[in-house]
Amino acid sequence: MKKIIGSKVSYLLVSLTLFVGLLAGCGGSGNSDGGASNQPGGSGGSGGGESIKIGANLELSGAVASYGQSIAEGIDLAVEEINKGGGIDGKKLEIIKVDNKSDAAEATNAAIKLTSQDKVSAIIGAATSGDTVAQVQVVTDNHTVLLTPSGTSPIVTVGQDGKVNDYVFRTCFIDPFQGNVAANFAAKELKVTKAAIFADSASDYAKGLAVSFKDTFTKAGGSIVSEEAYVAKDTDFRATLTRIKAANPEFIFIPGYYEEVGLIIKQARELGITVPFMGGDGWDSPKLVELAGAAALNNTYITNHYSSEDPDKTIQTFVTAFKGKYNGKSPDAFNALGYDSVYLLADGIKRAGSADGAKIKDALAQTKDLALVSGKITIDQQHNPAKTATVLEYKDGKQVFKTKVNP
Amino acid sequence: MDWIQQIVNGISLGSIYALIALGYTMVYGIIKLINFAHGDVFMVGAFVGFYAIESWKLSFIPALLVAMGISAVLGVVIERVAYKRLRNATRIAALITAIGVSLFIEYGTIYIRGAQPEAFPSVLPDQIFKVFGASISSQSIFILLISIILMLILQFIVHRTKIGKAMRAVSYDAEAARLMGINVDRTISATFAIGSALAGAAGVAFGVYYTKIEPLMGVIPGLKAFVAAVLGGIGIIPGAMIGGLVLGIVETMVSAFGYSPWRDAAAFVILILILIFRPSGILGKNTREKV
Amino acid sequence: MKKIMGFSIFVLLSAVSYGIVQSLISAGMLNQFYSNTLIFIAINVILAASLHLVIGITGQFSIGHAGFLAVGAYISAIFTMKLHLPFVPALAAGGIVAALAGLLVGIPSLRLKGDYLAIATLGFAEIIRVVFLNIDYVGGAAGMQVSHFTSWSYAFVSLFVTLLVIMNFTNSTHGRACIAIRENEIAADAMGINTTYYKVVAFAIGSFFAGIAGGLYAHNFYIIQPSNFGFLKSFDILIFVVLGGLGSLSGAVFAAILMTIVSTFLQGYPETRMIIYSVVLVIVMLYRPQGLMGTKEITAYLGKWTGAKGEDAYGK
Repeated sequence: MKKIIGSKVSYLLVSLTLFVGLLAGCGGSGNSDGGASNQPGGSGGSGGGESIKIGANLELSGAVASYGQSIAEGIDLAVEEINKGGGIDGKKLEIIKVDNKSDAAEATNAAIKLTSQDKVSAIIGAATSGDTVAQVQVVTDNHTVLLTPSGTSPIVTVGQDGKVNDYVFRTCFIDPFQGNVAANFAAKELKVTKAAIFADSASDYAKGLAVSFKDTFTKAGGSIVSEEAYVAKDTDFRATLTRIKAANPEFIFIPGYYEEVGLIIKQARELGITVPFMGGDGWDSPKLVELAGAAALNNTYITNHYSSEDPDKTIQTFVTAFKGKYNGKSPDAFNALGYDSVYLLADGIKRAGSADGAKIKDALAQTKDLALVSGKITIDQQHNPAKTATVLEYKDGKQVFKTKVNP
Repeated sequence: MDWIQQIVNGISLGSIYALIALGYTMVYGIIKLINFAHGDVFMVGAFVGFYAIESWKLSFIPALLVAMGISAVLGVVIERVAYKRLRNATRIAALITAIGVSLFIEYGTIYIRGAQPEAFPSVLPDQIFKVFGASISSQSIFILLISIILMLILQFIVHRTKIGKAMRAVSYDAEAARLMGINVDRTISATFAIGSALAGAAGVAFGVYYTKIEPLMGVIPGLKAFVAAVLGGIGIIPGAMIGGLVLGIVETMVSAFGYSPWRDAAAFVILILILIFRPSGILGKNTREKV
Repeated sequence: MKKIMGFSIFVLLSAVSYGIVQSLISAGMLNQFYSNTLIFIAINVILAASLHLVIGITGQFSIGHAGFLAVGAYISAIFTMKLHLPFVPALAAGGIVAALAGLLVGIPSLRLKGDYLAIATLGFAEIIRVVFLNIDYVGGAAGMQVSHFTSWSYAFVSLFVTLLVIMNFTNSTHGRACIAIRENEIAADAMGINTTYYKVVAFAIGSFFAGIAGGLYAHNFYIIQPSNFGFLKSFDILIFVVLGGLGSLSGAVFAAILMTIVSTFLQGYPETRMIIYSVVLVIVMLYRPQGLMGTKEITAYLGKWTGAKGEDAYGK
């Protein structure tokens, strides 16, 4: 009897030790990460340290892992360049990447870890608006700047009470702007009056674009003959496309991401839909051409931050450097926005002259005419970048410059 | 006119589900395991096919065979490493292991090649036929044909060959089969090999038809295929085919009525209704539980 | 007698652990990261315990628990954010509506058995998710912003109540009826146990606590989106229960704590995070298929207050 109890107790002890060990491991890593910044009175904070810590809270796994990973590639390239050039005022940038599993709760956790354990000066992320909103309260409480490369929803920078979130900024357009540009382009340049909308209903980005497109387009005298939706990760759109075809639109607006849009365009052309399509920056990826096929993409337009064909020096340097680092891969919009986010932040830190969150925030808010890959950025009152939108047309798989629209 | 088009759309979608469901149903039939990793074998098959065409410059049929072969090996490895030890454990422990294996394959693939999608090269002629005003692509006919042929081959293997007989015996009563001199382990491995090869074929067919392949592509089709298998009567090969087609047509009809965001819910509503009113699926026989 | 002793030990231990953590937080010794991790652990433990009641005690193979988490999260968020009611009634409302949803799902689907039940519950959870995705009132895909109300005290009290109710339920006549159903449904039926009734009751109670966890979850993470409640979330909860040992409440609690810590710890290793997680999962299942604790309770090792349990392997 005693023996049995003994063995049971030892088993219990073993499991407890395992548990405590894991706890210690967890705490330990936290300490070793945070240790450097904890002891010298927050060297990650107000200066004196060797490096400036920046968190990257990204969707590296889970449903939208491909967006998060693209942004991470852009970030890595930019950090490498800045550090090669001597860093910011002699201080190197140190990126601490954290995976949020494409989940808002995990994004909150990750933001808490970055601010209270790693004591970063700023966080770049997340890729989606939802995962960014999940961090807003945390960064505000901890006086840390949050810069989202691709969270386009207006609620990211402006809270529900209508007040601007002091510490939150973004590098991308906001939804309404692109929708307006596309609607005006359709109504005025393409001179169409009957449009259909086919939006990703699982993405606030696509929904936001659809709403503003509809508003502007109907104000310009057009009518929306069909409004349909799909869900991200769908692969078969033929049923809904058949329905849209029956409504006889002259133009189809497809806000969404290239992964689905490529398939939509391919399947639409197969079903004999020949009208022009248009979408936003979510389309921009070399993969779009591969997925849809160059022929199917003819007669489609996108609004984008930039054109990789643009001879502009900043853009070409970026494209060349990116291809060099990633085995000839052409950058997509997420790569560019991740890259730009680092430079936007670096510029802010430089002008702030400090790695202190409150100072960086003030400096970022005053960003003016900063030339980046995705355009000349001026941060406005709502912490959104006012930048020029470019309308591009696909011709035989190449993006051809069409027109520029100022905000 | 539209309706013909929609039914064509539904059948094309359904034949993909059917192709994946065939393997699901086989594995379930023999060891009563919901093999969540099946959808990921499907994904691996698609990627093997992709690299075979893109990097090794194989043409379509050799690429398909390579993909089926590698998927079969992967299936057997998964069975040997992860499931074999658990054959006598609880079903739920095996299920959790299957979830673990599934996550491992997905994120292993992402670790190796990243999460970005890949565009499957168009290796088959893509012609559009006009029938009664509906556009039917040659690829969708091809996919339907592939799934019917594979189903027939499978029916033949299961009902006409020795290994098929062994499979049926093992699925009926593994212990008795062992006593009759059947090598149960080998039979189960063979089942995994065949089921996984089918998943690999489905992956390549999917790539050809839908173009986009990515590391998480197996999750949703895998789940839907399982629904299809249950719908048709799990463990029954023609049932998987019918279940897949029914599911495809139902989903297409929901979208055709303009409720595409509700499509996934509709699939599950149908599933639940079938389960409640005909618990063993469309082709399943009702068996009373014996004490 | 033993029972009363065990019970008082449980209460005492809870009070002490609450007191220690709370005083550490008030003294500022625990930074936000640790206190938040503790809250997250508490939420996960509630989820694990509530699913334990359904799978571990009653033996009903439900893999759609995230659906009830979603119901609780959304309903409580609607109460606080849209109707501007205080947090506590909102939490309760989340739990009650989730329990109703549990009844609604349970009554038709609990007639099914084994894998069919599993896939039906998974289906219901997906339906619930799609419903929220399509309701614009709660923000659709963009989700709903929620204020931060969850604190360690709320989380702890909810956890305490959950564990207390589930322990007492397990040891009551009803609990024993549920265990009888788990061990052999036909035999239980033959003994005059109203199996359908008990299955549905256990399911509804499990859903209720999942709803409570949902309320805490929604008010801890600032935003809720339908995508947070997909079937992978259900699997996460299922993993707690199975890893801990089916039929062992302390096992489920232990596994929930362990896996939350492992997951948080791995956040800093984004490239290999999910790979390590999946390998851990497979290895534990291969070498300890009955789960870390088997069907035993932690008290069995201490020789006190052995709860009702079935020693037989479950569900073969």
